[in-house]
Amino acid sequence: MEKLKLVVVGNGMAGMRTVEELLKIAPDLYEITVFGAEPHPNYNRILLSPVLAGEQQVSDIVLNGMDWYAEHGIRLHLGRQVSRIDRKNRRVEAVDGTRADYDRLLLATGSNPFLLPIPGIDLPGVVAFRDIRDVEAMIAAAARYRHAVVIGGGLLGLEAANGLAARGMAVSVVHLAPWLMERQLDEPAARLLQRHLEAKGLNFLLQKQTAELVAGESGRVCAVKFKDGDSVPADLVVMAVGIRPNTALAESAGIHCERGIVVDDTLQTITDPRIYAVGECVSHRGVAYGLVAPLFEQAKVAANHLAHYGIARYTGSVTSTKLKVTGIDLFSAGDFMGGAGTESLVFSDPGSAVYKKVVLKDNKLVGACLFGDTLNGAWYFDLLREGTDVSEFRKTLLFGQQHLGDSGHGPAGQVAALPDTAEICGCNGVCKGDIVKAIVEKKLFTLDEVRAHTKASSSCGSCTGLVEALLAHTLGGDYSTAPSKKPLCKCTEHSHDEVIAAIRDQGLKSMRAVFEALEWKTPDGCASCRPALNYYLLVRWPGEYQDDARSRFINERAHGNIQKDGSFSVVPRMWGGLTNPRELRAIADVAEKYQVPEVKVTGGQRIDLFGVKKEDLPAIWRDLAAAGFVSGHAYGKALRTVKTCVGSQWCRFGTQDSTGLGVKLEKLTWGSWMPHKFKLAVSGCPRNCAEATIKDFGVVCVDSGYELHVGGNGGIKVRVTDLLTKVETEKQVLEYCGAFIQLYREEAHYLERTAPWLERVGLNYIKQRVVEDAAGRAALFERFKHSQQFAQIDPWKARAEGLDAAEFQTIRITA
Amino acid sequence: MSDWIAIAKFDDLPRLGARVVQFDTVRVAVFRTATDQVFALKDACPHRGGPLSQGIVHGHLVTCPLHNWRIDLATGEAVQPDQGCVRRFETRVEAGQVYLRLAETAVETMPAACVSHG
Repeated sequence: MEKLKLVVVGNGMAGMRTVEELLKIAPDLYEITVFGAEPHPNYNRILLSPVLAGEQQVSDIVLNGMDWYAEHGIRLHLGRQVSRIDRKNRRVEAVDGTRADYDRLLLATGSNPFLLPIPGIDLPGVVAFRDIRDVEAMIAAAARYRHAVVIGGGLLGLEAANGLAARGMAVSVVHLAPWLMERQLDEPAARLLQRHLEAKGLNFLLQKQTAELVAGESGRVCAVKFKDGDSVPADLVVMAVGIRPNTALAESAGIHCERGIVVDDTLQTITDPRIYAVGECVSHRGVAYGLVAPLFEQAKVAANHLAHYGIARYTGSVTSTKLKVTGIDLFSAGDFMGGAGTESLVFSDPGSAVYKKVVLKDNKLVGACLFGDTLNGAWYFDLLREGTDVSEFRKTLLFGQQHLGDSGHGPAGQVAALPDTAEICGCNGVCKGDIVKAIVEKKLFTLDEVRAHTKASSSCGSCTGLVEALLAHTLGGDYSTAPSKKPLCKCTEHSHDEVIAAIRDQGLKSMRAVFEALEWKTPDGCASCRPALNYYLLVRWPGEYQDDARSRFINERAHGNIQKDGSFSVVPRMWGGLTNPRELRAIADVAEKYQVPEVKVTGGQRIDLFGVKKEDLPAIWRDLAAAGFVSGHAYGKALRTVKTCVGSQWCRFGTQDSTGLGVKLEKLTWGSWMPHKFKLAVSGCPRNCAEATIKDFGVVCVDSGYELHVGGNGGIKVRVTDLLTKVETEKQVLEYCGAFIQLYREEAHYLERTAPWLERVGLNYIKQRVVEDAAGRAALFERFKHSQQFAQIDPWKARAEGLDAAEFQTIRITA
Repeated sequence: MSDWIAIAKFDDLPRLGARVVQFDTVRVAVFRTATDQVFALKDACPHRGGPLSQGIVHGHLVTCPLHNWRIDLATGEAVQPDQGCVRRFETRVEAGQVYLRLAETAVETMPAACVSHG
């Protein structure tokens, strides 16, 4: 049987997406002919901005190369604009006379840039921002000329302005409305955007109406004149005031058009059922869409009917706009302006360039406008589409979904809560379910792989954070966040995780072996990788690997904290913060004997002796050891302190013996080397005087047992712990603590505190390893106790007795 | 030869480490690299005077323990993008003995950029 003939007019995103969908379900039904007015294969028009800005090449944005057309037997007529449709004989004809017969015709003629009807619009140097030719003209102009004026402060205009500025031009943006992107943003959000762009060097002329483009001596445009008489110099004028559906061809063939080619729910033109239309040229139920997502929905429906399936209907799209304008995330949907009968909830933090507004009507979300922080856009959009009553959580609505229920789980928790049908990538219409399925079935591990397999996050990139969160959530500990692999340091191409795996799987037991097996680029590493490797080897091969002092930072080599004048500080261990007169007397004696300039109580309930000369360290340690002290490891990437409150022994509120438990925990864990410093605390009741909820591992005693909290941090970025679990006995506290520490020791990256580690791998993963898997927990705890055999050797006593003596001795030469 | 001073046995210098030699007027860090080359610098980082002797030695560089400036052991100069230079001393190893020259006269052993820093 002879194949049916399908002719597609328009080689853009909507047309070729329809062909792709058609080939998926009916690959042999049609003989396909495609006419494209541009001389290029099908490319991603959204990515013209990065091409203009010099971030991508034209070849990077091609969606289907010439080989794709050949492979599917598609006859492609490039650079040939169709000028006539002969509906009677079912034939199209191009300007150059090329003809093609059709059984079905698909119009995907897109839109044309709207050019203001003003004098000078035809001058050389005046371009639109629509296709590759425009971009090439702009790039050429940027290389030769200085002043650019972009007319139109919508998304397209701002992208053009940004690209031209990136290419070194002085750019002014002219906009008729009182603020930028007024169709997507309200005034406060637009002001933030404007401020951000002004900081990048763009100049804005708002509420200015362009009257005329003025020609210079060369005949090229030289200035833009406004209605109010002002003018600005312009060697290049970019028209970006809007687009108009390209209906000329359809109209000439007598096909009914209003704002666009009028189609019904099957994407057939209402005039001629053999002729379909999709994309920006279409008017469906009175709406012409200019965003990618609706076009792709249309493509799917049109392909379904072209394939004779006849079951799909396009009923219109509710659109939201999730955009990235010059690196800033924006989101808007629905009635974001608000008005009579609506209420607006607003969060505004101009200092950190974050603005969030949701508009409610009758306790339902009807619109949203987000600037700077768009993570919750998808959630708001779902609430909007589904008309959810938000009265139960309107107080926390602005702070996002993670504030419903358990707090502090970060974006991973948020994406976990989304339904499978939630759209993650608005550009390519990819839902959460598709992404998760691809990650699991195709064993994807990186953002680039997800992009390649699902197209999610491959267009504008504004959903990248969500896709990464999905990866992290789906893979747990297997996911490495960096979009492209981040090397451990400049000495290697390998990441932390790869190095850890190689040491484990290849049985590498010395630094030399790591350098050789992983082809280190430097003969003996650097000050970044050597301490990391020393740690990884030490934690993987306890008792076997010989610690390399030369790969330790000075604090860990000299077992004291180096101070800015080169002196050291000495902090003896006080178990659980407990001390007694004998110990205090010994410390006082040492401070006097060695003329310690300053004595201070630390935040971790210890006493710190400051300003000790390095040469004096072994002698001080000898005196302290004689009084029973061991090193407090206040200088190390190691177990630091266990802070306690007095607990049930004294406190009238205490529920358990927090001090005693703290001492037991410290006896268990002291001496262990960690990826970074590690702090514990035990509070005797929920008043939490020991501040256990900002520690790496915190215990809060309650009447019925012990709450175990993990991943807290009181440092640069305060992070409250997550509740790991609740246990009933002290013995369990010790086991869970040891197991948690061992998991952290084995799997975190060197110099990664528990807080970022937990956020990277997810609380669920840690719970699964430490709480749910009892056998795994016991094994972790055993490994921890095994390694502690080799770690709990007091480094001070050893050095007081002569170990590494040369390290502490100065050679004195007098004339 | 009189200005060469015996300072230590070569074996007393830790490989990939340093020893501090205190003269009447100056504190010097004497380094030994992985390839057993010996270098000597004034023990004060050009940034904030940090004790370079306490840093991690790698290749021909030492990383200052205070703020991670990297100093080239052979020239005394900070590695880009940091800028600065520390005084360098000549060393010599003979029969297992390390000698150092305080080199008041040996301006020629310092790169030009260093002269002004002393």
